[in-house]
Amino acid sequence: MLCDICQKNIASVHITEIVNEKMVELHLCEQCAQEKGIGLSEDFSLANFLAGLTDFDLPRVKESVELQCPNCGMSYEDFKKIGRLGCSQCYYTFKQSLAPLLKRIQGAEQHIGKFPHYADKGMREKVEIEELQRELSKAIQEENFEQAAKLRDKIREIKSKMKKSEE
Amino acid sequence: MNLNSLLAQTSEWLKGTGPDSHIVISSRIRLARNLSNFSFPHWADKKERKEVLSLVKDALFKIKYLKNGLFLEMDGLSALDKQFLLERHLVSREQTKGRDCKAVVISEREVISIMLNEEDHLRIQVFQSGFNLSDAWRLINELDKQLEQRLNYAFSPQWGYLTACPTNVGTGMRASLMLHLPALVMSKQIKDVLQTISKLGIVARGLYGEGTEASGNFFQFSNQRTLGRNEEDIIDNLERVVRQIVNYEQERRKSLLKQSREILYNQIWRAYGILKNSYFISSGETMSLLSMVRLGTDLNILRDVQLRKINELFLLTQPAHLQKIEGKKLNAYERDVKRAELIRERLR
Ligand SMILES: [Zn+2]
Ligand SMILES: [Zn+2]
Repeated sequence: MLCDICQKNIASVHITEIVNEKMVELHLCEQCAQEKGIGLSEDFSLANFLAGLTDFDLPRVKESVELQCPNCGMSYEDFKKIGRLGCSQCYYTFKQSLAPLLKRIQGAEQHIGKFPHYADKGMREKVEIEELQRELSKAIQEENFEQAAKLRDKIREIKSKMKKSEE
Repeated sequence: MNLNSLLAQTSEWLKGTGPDSHIVISSRIRLARNLSNFSFPHWADKKERKEVLSLVKDALFKIKYLKNGLFLEMDGLSALDKQFLLERHLVSREQTKGRDCKAVVISEREVISIMLNEEDHLRIQVFQSGFNLSDAWRLINELDKQLEQRLNYAFSPQWGYLTACPTNVGTGMRASLMLHLPALVMSKQIKDVLQTISKLGIVARGLYGEGTEASGNFFQFSNQRTLGRNEEDIIDNLERVVRQIVNYEQERRKSLLKQSREILYNQIWRAYGILKNSYFISSGETMSLLSMVRLGTDLNILRDVQLRKINELFLLTQPAHLQKIEGKKLNAYERDVKRAELIRERLR
C-alpha cells in the first residue's frame, strides 16, 4: 500500500476518520506522517492534521470567533492555527464550537469512564446508565432485541454495583 | 539509580515474558492528565511551566510506586541521553525536543514512566511484557488514584479529563500493543489486516521505520478514540481485535512452515548466519535479520537462541544504546562496526 500523500513510500500509518459524515481513510508513510505531525510521536493531533490536509474546516460559530479565554488568553483563531487548546478553561470558553468538533473527531459528546474521586460520587454511573438507556431505546426501535437484552443486563449490573457500594 | 544503570537492565517491555510473547512484544497504557487552571505546556510561559513541574514533582515523590525511581530533567540531559531514553520508549520524541521545564520520572524496573510538561502536564505510562493490558490497567488506575489525591486534575463531567489536544479528551487513555508479524508480512496479508482494523476504531503504525518502510515487522496497535466509551470497554475492544491478529499470525506461521518449509528454513538460517558473521552492519539490515531470527526461535527452527536475547538485541543495536555501551560518541561508520561486533558476541 503506497502513501496517500507522496505516492512513493510504503504506508505504515493507517487512520480512519469520519469527516463530514463520510469515512475517510488515510494511509501514510512515516515521513509524510511525521511532517503532518502524527509520525513518530505516539499520538497524533488529528484536528491539526486534517486541517492541513483537506478543506476540513473547524465549525464556524460566529460568537466563538471573537472569544478569548479569560484564564489563558487564547483566542479561537489561535486554537484554529495550533490545533491545541490553551488551558482547561478553554473547553468552556469555546464550548459552542468545540462540541460539534468533538463529535466529529471523537464520535461522541459525553465522557463515559472514570471520574476523579472529588467529582460527584455516583456521577460516573449516572452518566453511563443514561448513555446505555439511550442505546437501549435505539436498539428496541430497530428491533435489535439481542442487543437490547445485553444493554438491559449491563444497566442492571451497574445499578446493583451502585447499591452495593452504598451499603 | 542513575540513567546509566538502566543500560544494565532489560526494559519491562522487552523481557519476552508474559502471555503470547512470541507475537505480542509488549502492552502499554498511557493516561494524559492536566492540572486545573494552569495553561497547557505549549501555551504556558516558563514561569508557569516551572510551577507545574515543581507541583507535580512534589506529588510524585510521595507515591510508593515511584520510590527509588529516577527523576530526570530533560534540560540537563545530553542529546545522546535523550535519544537513549527515546529508544527505551521511556520518553516520546516530543519530550526530547524544544522547550524547557520538561522532565521524566521512571520507576525502578521501567514499568512506569511519567513525562512532565510534554503535550499535557502529565503523561503517565505503564508497560507490561506480552499481551497483558489488564495488569497495565490495574496498575495505572491505582497510580492515577493516588495522584489525584495530591493534584487538582482538570476534569469536566461532560468531557472528562481535559487535554491540550481534543483528540485525547475524555478518558485521556491510549492503550497500545506492539506486535511482531513477520508471517503476515511475508504472506502479504498485512495490508488486508491493516485495512480492516482501521474500520474498527484501531490505529496501526509500523515501528522502527527508517524513513520509508517499517523494518523488523513490528506494528503498534492502539485505540483511536478517547471519548464516549469507558476505559475497560476501550481496552476490551482493542484486545478483541488484536486477539484476531495474533491468531492470523499464528496460522500463517504454521502454514508457511508447511507450504514453504525450505524457503523459510533458508531465510531464517541465513539471517542467523549473517548476523553471527558480520563485521559491518546497518541498523535497517539488523532489524530485518533479527526479525527472521525471532521467528525462527518461535518455530523452534533455532533451538539454541533465547527470545529474550533477540528482544534485547533489537534495543541494544540502536544508535544511542551502542554509544552508551561503548561509552563514547560514534559516527555512523563506527556504529555499524560496533553493532556487528555486539551481535557476534551476543549470538556466540
Ligand atoms: Zn509519503
Ligand atoms: Zn484557556
